[in-house]
Amino acid sequence: MHLGEVWRFRELLLTLAGRDVKIRYKQTALGVIWVILQPLLAAGIFSFVFGKVAKLSSGEVPYFIFSYCGLLAWNAFSNTLSKSSASLIGNSQLISKIYFPRLILPLSTIPSTLIDFAVALAMLAVIMPSSGVHPGWGIVLMPVWLALILLLSTGLGLITSALTVSYRDVQYILPVLLQLMLYASPVAYEVTKLNLTPRQSTFYFLNPLSSLLEAFRWSLLGPRGGTLMWSNLWYSAAVSVSVFVVGLVGFSRMERRFADVI
Amino acid sequence: MSSSDLAVSVRGLSKSYTIAHNVGRHTTLAEAALDRLRHPLRRQPTETFQALRDVSFDIKRGEIVGVIGRNGAGKSTLLKILSRITDPTDGEVDIYGRVGSLLEVGTGFHPELSGRENIFLNGAILGMTKSEIQKQFDAIVEFAGVSRFLDTPVKRYSSGMYVRLAFAVAAHLESEILIIDEVLAVGDAEFQKKCLGKMGDVAQSGRTVLFVSHNMNAVSTLCTSALLLHGGKVMVRGPVNEVLDVYASGIELSDRTDLSDHPNRPASFKPLMQSIQFYDAEGEPASVFKPATLIRMDIRVKPQSRINSPRLSIGMTSARGERICAVATYLSAAHLPPMETESVVTCRMQIPALVPGRYSLDIGLADAHSSFLDAIYSAAAFEVCDSDYLGSAHPNFAEMGYVMVRSEWESAPVEGAPGR
Repeated sequence: MHLGEVWRFRELLLTLAGRDVKIRYKQTALGVIWVILQPLLAAGIFSFVFGKVAKLSSGEVPYFIFSYCGLLAWNAFSNTLSKSSASLIGNSQLISKIYFPRLILPLSTIPSTLIDFAVALAMLAVIMPSSGVHPGWGIVLMPVWLALILLLSTGLGLITSALTVSYRDVQYILPVLLQLMLYASPVAYEVTKLNLTPRQSTFYFLNPLSSLLEAFRWSLLGPRGGTLMWSNLWYSAAVSVSVFVVGLVGFSRMERRFADVI
Repeated sequence: MSSSDLAVSVRGLSKSYTIAHNVGRHTTLAEAALDRLRHPLRRQPTETFQALRDVSFDIKRGEIVGVIGRNGAGKSTLLKILSRITDPTDGEVDIYGRVGSLLEVGTGFHPELSGRENIFLNGAILGMTKSEIQKQFDAIVEFAGVSRFLDTPVKRYSSGMYVRLAFAVAAHLESEILIIDEVLAVGDAEFQKKCLGKMGDVAQSGRTVLFVSHNMNAVSTLCTSALLLHGGKVMVRGPVNEVLDVYASGIELSDRTDLSDHPNRPASFKPLMQSIQFYDAEGEPASVFKPATLIRMDIRVKPQSRINSPRLSIGMTSARGERICAVATYLSAAHLPPMETESVVTCRMQIPALVPGRYSLDIGLADAHSSFLDAIYSAAAFEVCDSDYLGSAHPNFAEMGYVMVRSEWESAPVEGAPGR
């Protein structure tokens, strides 16, 4: 693997990330405001559909804040995955004409996701006090959950981006799977409200995101917003790290063929 | 040769590609989908295409090597392997020094970003660090001549400005080995001259350059040695003149040459020029001419969209790649009418009194002052035969140059000179 090469090209990674951020809202009337508007709108729709129409309970936390926190972590996962998986075919010109470590392309999508995350988090800090919910000391663990979520999504992104080079099918399957994952993970609801049997619960927590999202909300909203399940978290951490490593190894195995196939 | 003199060493290099064939042509999407459902796991029949076969050569430090050959000879594949974009199927490549490659002008430019932003983006993609780009920034802007438009998105640039900026960034890459693929095919004549000048400077500074081109004139001016590829193999490797001789002798001699699918057309051009036909002074189709006679050339052009002010130019090149002369509509102040449908452009010219030999023609088509719409280097060739033009049977020799000049001679003693 050429991790040393990736380090040597770190400026390219930042420049490409900068390019993505700069061009994202070019020729839009609202510009950067979209960064704030997008999560607010999404949480608004969730509150209406799940909170008002489906009457899902979010305990003592206002549903809007509850789903906003869930979406914050979910978006970090799904944006990283979908952007990195599209990064190779979106830059096919570069791949067939210029040499650089190909790993740079999927990795360069992470900074822009982090910026979105930071803006949405700052927005949360603004709206949270009015809701009467306050994070406790658990907030210090939030970066850990975020890091694990990003490891998982980047690992998956590396595999899917490399597969997309040969099989464009991936780009059609991925949105469907993401949709499925969204409902199979505690984004719009709390796990404890599902009243799962032990067998169902084992099955449910095979999804590494389940315990991570619960822990993420626990960090932001305290015990009223989410549950900390250590054994499940250890499992999720192990899965995230393994997926990332497998992603790295698989990617560097396949990258030799990219320029010929893309 | 000790390895410290070497810049590139290639041993037994081969590259093959697998090409899939579509069997059972499906006329509708539904048919294709049905077939896929019936035989979901059937593999498409494939064929192996050998782009390079057992290629070996060395390049010394500071050498400027022209890589020539017809389309499909393996030039681009070779450059891609040398610039590490793709891996060889077999063989070894040793490269001593940092490689900068420019396989296409403007790769990685983003239309929405400004010229300034694109300089940094493109520089980073080509492998320059931020401080290197900053150091070269003024030189890049000056070379490209875009200082007034630095903060304009490049999608608003004219195609000429775009190409200039893209070349400028790549040309200021400080690598020991520079690999360039046919970049001069784009851009106007003045810019091409500037690029060649810049590449000459690069060469002067002792860096190693590999230069792919169909433009034999550029290759012969710029390069010290050349490499001729044919069918994926090295046909000749040696001093530039010898290699160009071999290349020129491979150009077929015919009174009519099909241009629609010409092997020497750079990939960036659409095939607008269809054919060229030579006639002698009597109006008969011919490919061998006497020196200093009138010849006529009919060039069929099939425009893809209206060409408002068609400009044709024809450059005549010796077998060694030296430019002998050029004729062009704009040089003769000729104005061709706008062209909308397939047309024939006729050029009558008095060929110079050339020494016998084979001469090839580079042909270019442009609209007004734009860059080329279509161009083919060494598109066709004609021969100038032996004649009694000089009134002597003196053999033709290299020191004669290319033009025969009639001259009269006499001699008389100086009046009043003292006798011996």
